[in-house]
Amino acid sequence: MLNRKSLEVWVGLFVAAGILALAMLAFKVGNLTTADVMDGYKINARFDNVGGLKVKAAVTMAGVRIGRVSAIEFDSNKYQAKVTMDVDGRYSNIPRDSSAAILTSGLLGDQYIGIEPGGEEAYLKDGDVFLRTQSALVLEKLVGQVIFNKASESAPSQ
Amino acid sequence: MNTLRILGSIVINSVERLGRASLFLYEVLAGSWELLRRFYLVVQQVYAVGVLTLLIILVSGLFVGMVLGLQGYNTLVKFGSANSLGLLVALSLVRELGPVVTALLFAGRAGSALTAEIGLMKATEQLAGMEMMAVNPIIRVIAPRFLGGIIAMPLLAALFSAIGVLGGHLIGVGLLGVDAGAFWSQMQNGVDYRDDILNGVIKSAVFGVVVTWIAVFEGYDAVPTSEGVASATNRTVVYSSLAVLGLDFILTALTLGDI
Repeated sequence: MLNRKSLEVWVGLFVAAGILALAMLAFKVGNLTTADVMDGYKINARFDNVGGLKVKAAVTMAGVRIGRVSAIEFDSNKYQAKVTMDVDGRYSNIPRDSSAAILTSGLLGDQYIGIEPGGEEAYLKDGDVFLRTQSALVLEKLVGQVIFNKASESAPSQ
Repeated sequence: MNTLRILGSIVINSVERLGRASLFLYEVLAGSWELLRRFYLVVQQVYAVGVLTLLIILVSGLFVGMVLGLQGYNTLVKFGSANSLGLLVALSLVRELGPVVTALLFAGRAGSALTAEIGLMKATEQLAGMEMMAVNPIIRVIAPRFLGGIIAMPLLAALFSAIGVLGGHLIGVGLLGVDAGAFWSQMQNGVDYRDDILNGVIKSAVFGVVVTWIAVFEGYDAVPTSEGVASATNRTVVYSSLAVLGLDFILTALTLGDI
């Protein structure tokens, strides 16, 4: 066995390296730095179809992440999906007539919410609702439409 | 009739052992409080089971990461998504391979050593000697080793995952030409600190408790002969490996799926 001093040094090194590895996993590998929304406020939006949108998905404006989706519920009165977003408090100047759209990053990527700014002077406050929304593009519907159009084109020629 | 008797004795023996092991765990946990005053005993064991296991963990972590990089690249490049290599390497390491492979190596390297050491102490009647001197061997010998293992295991798993990610980076970015920016950004977007990293840490902590528990119990419960110590060491490796793999499925199902 080593003497007490060098043993303690080794154990100290080991524990420090382990904690460092944990910190690296949390900050460098994981998303601990970007996950938190600073004193955010909530905005709601109603969509006809949310597609594959998930809780925690990004809310972006001009491609920059400004918040995340905190809840997705079904509104049984309007037969629509109600999406609640947590937006960073630093971005409190989103015009009232902005529109929210569910977009897809890449062909097979995750779905996220993109906000197009409007022109009004009044800004969205905590608990407000987007007036204009654009639902998710459902690939199956598009494919179905294309096939239907093709079929109706070729039908009269026979 | 004889077969039935054998079956019965197997069942009774294993239930008895399980009961002894639980009582033993309770005694060790109850004795652990005494160690706060003599923490140096634990530090010594962290050295024995942690620092001395470091080399095998780091080398295996590096190679596992490098193999993941190679294999993942060859699969992902077929789908044109080689940029997700970082995500693949990090998720497989943090969620599964880090805790599980570390626990298996830990059982083989540190667990077997713990069992052999304690078993030999019992065989040479050192534990009985301590009792004669009114020293509780559970507090003086077992509890420091138990706590040392519990402290060391999550740190080892974190080191394994971290160096594995670096190994994947080495192969993916250095050798195969994946873009470094995409490698890290896809990883950071896809790996969640609570769902993935904290889960991995919880897994490795659970494995640490189970593996060290099995190791010290097998040593303490060993038949005090050289043969008995040998079979106890053997059982430690077999049981803790099986326990780790079985528990891994249960923990993954609990945290990942909605079962």
